[in-house]
This record gives sequence, structure tokens and C-alpha cells, in this order.
Amino acid sequence: MNKEIVIKTDKLTKRFGDFIAVNEISFEVYKGEIFGFLGANGAGKTTAMKMLIGISKPSSGNAAIAGYDVYKQTELIKRNIGYMSQKFSLYEDLTIKENIQLFGGIYGLSDDQIKTKGESLIEKLGLQDEADKLVVSLPLGWKQKLAFSIAILHQPKIVFLDEPTGGVDPITRRQFWDMIYEAADNGITVFVTTHYMDEAEYCHRVSIMVDGVIQALDSPEGLKMRYNAQSMEEVFLMLARGAKRSD
Amino acid sequence: MKQLLIFIRKEFRHILRDYRSMLVLLGLPIVQLLIFGFAITNETRNSSIAILDNAKDETTQKIITKFENSRYFDIDRTLTTNEQIEAAFKSGKIKLAIVFQSNFQNELAHANKAQIQLIADATDPNQATTLVNYASSIIMDYQNELNETNKLPYTIKTETRMLYNPQLKGAYTSVPGVMGMILLLISAMMTSIAIVKEKELGTMEILLVSPMKPWLVILSKAIPYFIISLINVATILILSVFILGLPIQGSLTLLILATVIYIFCALSLGLLISTITETQQEAMLISLLGLMMPVVMLSGYAFPIANMPFVLQALSNVVPAKWYIVIVKGIMIKGIGISQIWKELLILLVMTVLFLTISIKRFKIRL
Amino acid sequence: MRELTFLLRKEFLQIFRNKLILRMIFALPLIQLILLPYAATYEIKNITLSIVDNDHSEQSRRLINKFTSSGYFRLTDNSATYNQALDKVEKDEADLIVVIPQEFERDLIRQSESTIMIAANAISGQTAGLAVAYSNSIIKDFNNEIRTEWLPQSRFNTIPVIEITNSNWFNTQMNYKDFIVPGVLALLVTLVGYLMSALNIVKEKEVGTIEQLNVSPIKKYQFVLSKLIPFWVLGLAVMTIGFIMSFVVYGIYPEGHFWVGYLFAGVYLIALLGFGLLTSIFAETQQQAMFIAYFFMLVFILLGGLFSPTENMPDWARYLTYINPVSYLIEVMRMLVLKGSSFWDLRLHFLVVTGFAIFFNGLAIYKYKKTN
Repeated sequence: MNKEIVIKTDKLTKRFGDFIAVNEISFEVYKGEIFGFLGANGAGKTTAMKMLIGISKPSSGNAAIAGYDVYKQTELIKRNIGYMSQKFSLYEDLTIKENIQLFGGIYGLSDDQIKTKGESLIEKLGLQDEADKLVVSLPLGWKQKLAFSIAILHQPKIVFLDEPTGGVDPITRRQFWDMIYEAADNGITVFVTTHYMDEAEYCHRVSIMVDGVIQALDSPEGLKMRYNAQSMEEVFLMLARGAKRSD
Repeated sequence: MKQLLIFIRKEFRHILRDYRSMLVLLGLPIVQLLIFGFAITNETRNSSIAILDNAKDETTQKIITKFENSRYFDIDRTLTTNEQIEAAFKSGKIKLAIVFQSNFQNELAHANKAQIQLIADATDPNQATTLVNYASSIIMDYQNELNETNKLPYTIKTETRMLYNPQLKGAYTSVPGVMGMILLLISAMMTSIAIVKEKELGTMEILLVSPMKPWLVILSKAIPYFIISLINVATILILSVFILGLPIQGSLTLLILATVIYIFCALSLGLLISTITETQQEAMLISLLGLMMPVVMLSGYAFPIANMPFVLQALSNVVPAKWYIVIVKGIMIKGIGISQIWKELLILLVMTVLFLTISIKRFKIRL
Repeated sequence: MRELTFLLRKEFLQIFRNKLILRMIFALPLIQLILLPYAATYEIKNITLSIVDNDHSEQSRRLINKFTSSGYFRLTDNSATYNQALDKVEKDEADLIVVIPQEFERDLIRQSESTIMIAANAISGQTAGLAVAYSNSIIKDFNNEIRTEWLPQSRFNTIPVIEITNSNWFNTQMNYKDFIVPGVLALLVTLVGYLMSALNIVKEKEVGTIEQLNVSPIKKYQFVLSKLIPFWVLGLAVMTIGFIMSFVVYGIYPEGHFWVGYLFAGVYLIALLGFGLLTSIFAETQQQAMFIAYFFMLVFILLGGLFSPTENMPDWARYLTYINPVSYLIEVMRMLVLKGSSFWDLRLHFLVVTGFAIFFNGLAIYKYKKTN
């Protein structure tokens, strides 16, 4: 695997008053990698991710995303990443095509690019008949797949996915992961948070956050070996059991 | 009962956590009362006028001094030509121009007749009427001083009494109006939005599959707003008695009873709105267009109903606030008792029952 | 610039897809312009009148006749005593009581003087004030009539009299609707522009789509502009509908130039929308935004001089009207429609509103944070 570093954090910290949501986390993510970011509810995953994508200012520590500084170069970071939030974040009162045009336009694709990329996206998802329908009318699983496709429409260096498969059925989840692999094969680094431990097995490497701190970071195999566990679920339960805080 | 209390506590938490809305809910009646009580008056004062004195003699100077000393008028500018009058009106805040004829003093002394022209900016016709009246009476005063020794015979004098509100305070109309409006706002609009919000977010289903009876769910949503409404009534009454100096001539108990009935009516209206809407925005717009506008326009709060065309007068009868305002005015200011307002109370009760019946029917259909 | 066009397309698509908003944009002007001028009338007519005639003479009947034929009063009651008449006022069956004393005619002739009592229900100060003013002028007229009848002409001419003539400019018919309609038009533009802009960003916040925009490379000013421009266009469209409606329904056509009105409304809307965006940025939920908007609307309108002249207010309230954008639009609309004021006449208004526009939008851009 190519060892080019695309995300590097050094003692990255976020405090809200007395509360330390994220406590001095340091890690590196390599190009083309699928990096799983695990943790119980309230462990600080989403807060950490928001600092990485430039919509939340760190309290201390350093981080570079695609080589850009999270303090000073947030706008440059934004050009080079894609993001799909926990809340479903396409415009439900716009059609599929209109959403593609909007986000393609915002990320500076040309009209031709929007047209060709949009068409191939729709075709790939098999949404030809729905292309002019409002997004609100789509089933949840399709919306998620569509949101992911739109998040990587502009070929970002890294795509951040915040619990992308919440609430969808196992088959759709499987298809979703196929899309993630395809993106990674195309050189897009994938940074993903998830609740599902079977999904953690699909990642190249995972980190497990407990109470704002990264407790473990390795490949799924490495972790299982180290904690002498059969599955990632066991590893996770072992580490998360000590957690003091939850929702 | 215990379940109900738990739910009411939940609702209160939702409401109290949103301190901005609370601030508006509790602050709005206070601000409104202060504006009506102190800022909006029907008393004319300091109206800007312009003077064109073509005579510039002793008599005109005396009359101008009288205008200068009047608290109704501020002499904003002195003009020299007729052409300037229009420009003064168009660019400035001049409401009245006073034009003295040339040779004023001589004409008055020798021909026994001299002319003053009052030109009013009639953009606002009422204000124009009032200002012309004030200006005329200042001029008449001067004339009477001139003729003191030579009094006119056959004089009809008038003695004027302003009943209930001798100082013409704006608060007398506004306090009942503010009460009618704010209670409707909180009880109807807030309740409907609170219920629809749960529908929109899908949390209503969770509540309805719980062992709570549906009507208890609804009740628990209504009670906090009922309590907030009572707090507002208390603030309004305390403010109006102690700061605006408004009396409560009639029975306080009766006033509170009537208010409680009105709040029930508003709550049932809110419930009705929540059964016919799906999103918060819809509920807000219906409350705004269907409730607030009619209340402001047709309740007799801002504008006298008697002056409206017949259709609107008829329409005003279906606005609950109209009846409530009649009751509050009657009890607070006129000091009348139940014998004279039972009809209005009955109308409010009938409306409440009607709204409740319709919404319960609709509610059942949806479940 | 290219990003902006995409954002603008999105906003317009969303607005025109929302049936509710569209209905509001068209229903609001219709309802307000048709109903409000009729409902919001301080043109006081049909004041209910109770007469207590203790004299029953020729002159007392003549005076009553003058009251009933004036067009301002409607005789609803003839009571025998003042107390009975008071009872009618209590029941809201009479607004004004006129008491003609016993021996009114005889006193007038013999003592050369008599006094009539007028009592008005003053709960509404405005109505009472006008009712008394009308009564006084009717009685004064009546007084002059009997004087000219009873006095020898020669006596009249020896007394110096100042003749007061009066003319009403700009609204010679003294039509109250001509006064209220331009004000309602201003109210309309304000309501639509402010409410829609106040609810807009906060909706994206509530639904969560704003995060998707925050992680994208669009610039702050592009975002703010994409929220401003659609409502600016809508506001001017509503004003156009309003102008057409007021011409069709009331035959009101502005005396001044349209371009002055549109230019002013254009600048005003930028200021107003900036304020709406501020509200939206400050609020967390649509419900909150609605309440905050409601609060400001109410204060702005009450202190905006729509119904009660601002110059009658005490000093502190008058100073407040100087920082109330709504009062500027109301005033300019009236000056433009009724007086035909020109751009040069309105230069100060333009200056102030431009200041508002810069201030509110500067603050909105500053306060809208992509990062927290």
C-alpha cells in the first residue's frame, strides 16, 4: 500500500468549558485507506470529525488534512474533501438531478462534467426513472447511496462519512460498502465512523475511541489478535466497558 | 395521574430550555403594554408647522407668538413665498402651513376682516382635521381677546365629559386587546406548533403507543401553556394597575373566571389547528393568517368595529377575542357584573365546546 | 460567481416548490389589501348617539337634526335622563351623550347664553376625541346660524373678525383609505421579506443541510447573497402586486415616479433581509425564529406610524422610530403615493436606509460562522 499520509493529527483536542470532548488524539491516515473511526455514543467521534473537516475549531493540538492546516487553511481543506453527515443532508425538496447540479456546481465542476458525471452516477445507481423526482420520495437506502455518490462527485482526496449506514437494511449496507471499496480503489481515502462492528471488519485499519481518547488503533486482524478476541465486537466491548460517559 | 405529571414535566422542560422563546413569550406582553401605555397617545403635540407671513406686522407677530407658545405646534420653518409651501410639504415633516394675508393688521382694523389660510397635509385626514381644529381655536382665542369688551350675544357653551378615561389614555383600549391577543398567541399558536412538531419529528407515534391515553398526551401539552398564560395575565394586570394606573372596577374573580374560559377556548382552537396541519410552518402560517390577523383587525382591539362595513362586522362575530375583549372592558373599566356579560361568556363556552368536538372527531379519524 | 448561480437556482427551486410559501405570497397581499383598509379605519362615522332632550323646543329639535344629518352620528337612543343614557353607554349602545338642558331656548334668548353637555365614552381616546370635535363644530355651526338669524346685520360688521379658510392638500377628498393603503403596502413588503428570510437559514439548520454547505468551499458572502437575492426579488414582486391591487381596488396611483419607489424599496429590502438573516442566524429552531420575528414585527409596526402619527409620541419613542426601518418605508410610500415626492426630496431617507443595509448585512456576514 502507498504510504502517503493524507490525514495527520497531533494531540488534537476540543474542550467545551470544563468538558474535554476530544483529548489529545494523534493518528495518521494513508492515501487510499479505509479508516474506521469507532466509539460508543458520546465518545467524541463526531466532534473529532468536525475538527478534521474544518467546521469546528480545535482547542489545541495540530492536524493537517490533505496537507492543509485545520486552523488556517480550512477553505482549502473543504475543496479537497467530501462529507456525508449523520443527518441526511441532501435537499429533499429538490430532485435527484437538481441536487447533483447544486453540489457539482458548488465544488466547481464545469457544466460538461456535471452532465457526464451526473448521468453516469444516475445510471450506476439505476435511478434513471427517478432522476426527476424529489429526493423526499426515495427510500432511505437509496438516499444514502445517492448522498455518498454526490459526496465523491468532485473526486475529493478524502471523503468523511459520519455513520452513513444508520437505519438501512443489511443488503443495502453491503451494496454501500461495495461503493466505498470502489471509491478507495480510485484513490479516495475513506474516513468512516460507524456503530456496526461487522462494518469495522471491512476497514483497513480502525481506531477505537473511549471517553475522548483513542484507546486502540490497528488493523481489525491486529486488534483481534492483541485482545485475543473472535470478532471486532468483542474487542469493542472490552475497550468500551471502561467508558465513563455515554449519551 | 402520575404519568400525566411526568409528561407535563417533560413538556415544561422543552419549553424552559428554549429560553429565547420564553423571553419573547413573557416579554412580549410587557413591551406591548409599555408601547401602548406610553408611546402611543392620541394627544397631539409638537406637530411641525410652517408659517408664511405676508404682512409682518404687530398683529401677525402676536398670533405667531401664540402658536410658538402652544404645546401642539413647533414652528419648523418660516417661508417667504407661496412656492415654498409645496416643497416644504414634500420634503419635510411639515403637517400644516399657516398663511397670513398681506396688510393683515390694517385690514382687520379698517375693514373688520382679515384672512388666515390654513393648509393641511391631508395625507392623514384625521390628523389634518385635528390640527386644523387646534390652529383655528388658537386663532379664535386671539380674536376673543381682541373683542373682550365687545362680547358676542347668543352663545352656546359646551361642557365636555370624557367618561371612564378622562385623560384619554391609550392603555384603556390596549390592555384588553393585548390580553386577548397574547393569550391567543400562547395558547392557540404555541399549543398547535408543539403538537405538530411531535407529528413532524415522528415522536408523536412513540407517545401514542405508550400506555398513556391520547387525550392525556394532548392535555400534558396544553397544561404548561395554560400556566404560562396565567402568568402573563398576572403580569399584564399588575403592570396595568400599578404602572399604567388602570382601574379594575369590577370583580377580579369574575375577570379571572372569564379569562380561564377564554384560555380554554384558545387551547381548543390550537388543538383544532394541530389536527388539520402536518408541518410546523403550516401551523405557524395558519395561526398567523387565520388567528393573529383577524384578532388584530376584527376584534375591536385596534380599530372600532362600528366603523367597518357590514360584512366585516358580521365576520367579527366569529372571532373569540372580540367577545373576550368586550368582557374585559366591561369588567375592568366599566365595572359591570355577570348580569351584563353572561351572553358573551356563553358564546365563548359554546365556541370552546364546538372546537373541542371537531378536533376530537378529527383526532380519532387520524388514529 | 459561478457557485453563486448554482446556489441561487437551488433557492428559487425550493421557493417555487413550496406551495405554502407561494400561497402566502399571493394570499397575504390579497387579504391585507382588501380587508385591512376597510377594517383599519379610523374614518369615524356612525358614532352612536344618545340624546337627552330636556327642552323639547324648536331650537333643540333643530340642533338634534343638525347632529343626525351631519353624517357622523347615528341616533340610537332618546333617553329621559342622563343616567338612563349612561346605562346605554355601559351596554355599548351609545358612544356619545348630548344633554340639552331645560329652558335651553329660553335661556339662550333671555340670558344670551346656554350650556350643552357632551359626554363621550372615552375608552377609545381616538374615537372620543374625534366625536367631541365633530360635536363642537356642529354646535358652533348651529350657533353661527342662529346668530345670523337673530342679530341685526349692522351689529355683526362692527366686530373685527379673522376669517379662517382651510384647504387640504394631497388628499383633498380626505379619504382615509388613500392614507392607509400605501402604509399597508409597506407593511406587506416588510412582512413577506422579513418572515421568509428569518425562517430560511434556520430551516436549513434544523434539517441539517446547512452542515453540507458549511463543509463545501463556498464563500460566506456567496452564501449570504444566495439567501438575499431570492427574497429581494420576491419582495419587489409582492410590491408590484400591491401596486396593481391598490390601483384596481382603490384606484390609487402614485403621484411620484415608480422608479423612486422601487429604488427605495430595493435598498430597504436589502436592509430588512439582512435583519431577517441575522434573526435566522441567531435562532436555533424555526419556532424560535418565528417568535423573535413576531416580536420585532410587532414593535416595528406599532412604532412605525402606520396608524398613529409618530410625532405624537413622547421623545424616547420618537427617537426609537429613527432606528426603526419600517417607519421609513411607511413614510416614503405615503410621500411618494400621495405627495409625489422626488428622489431629491427623499435623499435623507435613502441615506439612512442605506446605512441600515450596510450595518445589518455586515453584521449578518460577520455573525454567520461556517466554523464554531
